[in-house]
Amino acid sequence: MKRLEAGTELDGFRIGDCLHAGGMAHIYQVTYADARPAPFAMVMKVPRMTAGDGAENIVGFEVEHQILQVLQGAHVPRFVAAGDLVHLPYLVMEHLPGQTLQQRLDTLTQERSHASVADLSRLGAAIARAAHSLHQQNTCHLDLKPANVLLHPDGHAVLLDFGLSCHAHYPDLLAEELRQAVGSPAWIAPEQVVGVRGDPRSDIFAIGVMLYELATGELPFGNPQTPGGMRQRLWMDPTPPRRLRADLPEWLQEVVLRCLAPEAAKRYPSAAHLAFDLEHPEQVKVSQRGKQVQGTPFFTHLKRWFKAAGMHYQPSPLPSQQIEEVPILMVAIPHQDVSDATLYSLRQAVARSLGIRPGARLAVVTVISPNQSSTSESANSETTLHRQYLTMLHQWAQPLDLAQHQTSFHVLEASDVANAIVRYAEGNHVSMIVMGAATHGLQLQRLVATVPIKVAMEAPCTVILVKQALPFSALTVIT
Amino acid sequence: MKYALLSDIHSNLHALDACLAHAQAQEAERILILGDLVSYGAFPAEVVARCQALQQAGAVVLRGNHESLVQTHNLHTTSPDTHASLGSQTAQWTHDQLSPAQRVWLDLLPLTAHVDQMWLVHASADAPDRWRYVENERMASLSLDAACTHPDVRYVFGGHVHHQSLYYRGTGRQLMAFTPTPGVPIPTPKHRQWIATIGSVGQPRDGNPRAMYALFDSTAAKLTFHRVAYDHRAAARAVREAGLPEFFAHRLEAGH
Repeated sequence: MKRLEAGTELDGFRIGDCLHAGGMAHIYQVTYADARPAPFAMVMKVPRMTAGDGAENIVGFEVEHQILQVLQGAHVPRFVAAGDLVHLPYLVMEHLPGQTLQQRLDTLTQERSHASVADLSRLGAAIARAAHSLHQQNTCHLDLKPANVLLHPDGHAVLLDFGLSCHAHYPDLLAEELRQAVGSPAWIAPEQVVGVRGDPRSDIFAIGVMLYELATGELPFGNPQTPGGMRQRLWMDPTPPRRLRADLPEWLQEVVLRCLAPEAAKRYPSAAHLAFDLEHPEQVKVSQRGKQVQGTPFFTHLKRWFKAAGMHYQPSPLPSQQIEEVPILMVAIPHQDVSDATLYSLRQAVARSLGIRPGARLAVVTVISPNQSSTSESANSETTLHRQYLTMLHQWAQPLDLAQHQTSFHVLEASDVANAIVRYAEGNHVSMIVMGAATHGLQLQRLVATVPIKVAMEAPCTVILVKQALPFSALTVIT
Repeated sequence: MKYALLSDIHSNLHALDACLAHAQAQEAERILILGDLVSYGAFPAEVVARCQALQQAGAVVLRGNHESLVQTHNLHTTSPDTHASLGSQTAQWTHDQLSPAQRVWLDLLPLTAHVDQMWLVHASADAPDRWRYVENERMASLSLDAACTHPDVRYVFGGHVHHQSLYYRGTGRQLMAFTPTPGVPIPTPKHRQWIATIGSVGQPRDGNPRAMYALFDSTAAKLTFHRVAYDHRAAARAVREAGLPEFFAHRLEAGH
């Protein structure tokens, strides 16, 4: 469609300024033509669909038309209206304030500077949370790149442009039997290169590319223009970011390179896991991957190249199901008035829950009261106390087999224990809380709603209340 | 216009009534029945009477392969254990339950119908009387291509295979298969061609005893596949009480 004049009326909307004239579509500010107030600012996206345009452009708009209408939450623009696809294709959606990550990158380039480590973790976590929210709605974005990420002034990220996305509840209009790569060459994941659509870990790869870009100013795999160039990422490791930027911490390189692993199974299993690491740098286990500053040796690449030649990917039928299989599990460990039997039972329950969920992550948490620490006495200083409790948590977890599970330990300070547990679970996309059924204030339970009850009522996820079982009493001698 | 698409009722009055009630609650305006009203279940006469009444009220009712099976009297079989012979037993029993007028009515039902932009058929549109199973992209393609020789057809709906599938054209030339999620309205815009098997009302075989049907909203161009819980234990009990083979009672309970 040709460019619309400001002031024109279209299907009940008054066209305002053209905000963006991209290769695929025009974006205009709009208001209601009858001057009724809108609950939020709106934009209209009108595809450029003339006879000369490629089919992919049109199909991409159809896909966005299909998906934007059903997405919800703060991480996508709210849908307002859609025109008939054949006669009057347009989409009206919320116009959100903020700048895109691309604009942020451009500013950094102009200033010849790089994002600070604090900004990197904050932005990375915000984007990962946005992606996770999409995955929970059975949608993979599949075209995450700096131009499609809007940084809202309040700190959260909004994802834009769902033209290449895939919603598991709808037929994938971009799929085809020949399985060709659909995506933006610089950010596309290896499995997308071979035509697999619908794996949430493809979005994690793209977030890795963006973090690499933010950290170093370079693209990890360049911007290849040929299918062969795109296939490189099936086997190639990028130059370690720390080689390009020496002040980058090892933990951050560890996180970025894990996102960029050629095999989806070796990346973060869900975006919530990625957000967790970015928000808890001290808990990231740094391996050789995080430390290295030399590139991967030639022979390693050669071996991987052979492997990649026959690489086989399994797409996920339902992204939300796939990410549910790798939940973040939280266990709340009481630190006072607690019996050995309770601690034992909690450990058994955690072991059972982790046992059936390979790849699940464990957060071991205890909540201490803020007035326990003192600023004057060194024996009770905050850091000393925290260290003591952390040691206690490590001891508790010691008998667990955590080889397959990333584990982190946290001491939270709060006077309202239940509230602290619930907030933590919400903030970190925890899928399951394990806690004692009669812990955390046992002595008060006849008087007030106990902590477990409050958590069970308010938690955003499943709560397992563990009853203490004494294994010792079962060990009677058989005569 | 909202259309309710029902197929393969197989004498299951409990399931039919549950689907009709569900469709009514969803404000369906017209009923389209795609054949196989009878066999297997305990209420052939009642189901036929219900469908006759619906037809009087404007519903489309098509003929399926089972409408032909119950026409012939005295189907004797020598191997009582095989699956085929179980089918023959119920065909015989069903024949006896139906009035001659009902049998004539069944025999005269059309094989296909063209409603709105839909082509309706029990099995495959490329040879409606051959009862081919549309169970993969290739068979779906044959049926769709045959139906689309009629101008203005965008949608082909059929039953016969007892499961819910949607086939569509992606960016390639071949059809792509899609397994729908029950209750989710799927946008099926008119500029594409679509073919769906809508599943079986009265005899699900996918391990889930809930009845299947579909709703098509031609104005919004959205297709919703539904699964409806009904008293399948009562339907199974009725099969046993009628003295029909245990296999068909158990099938309703287990859904396979």
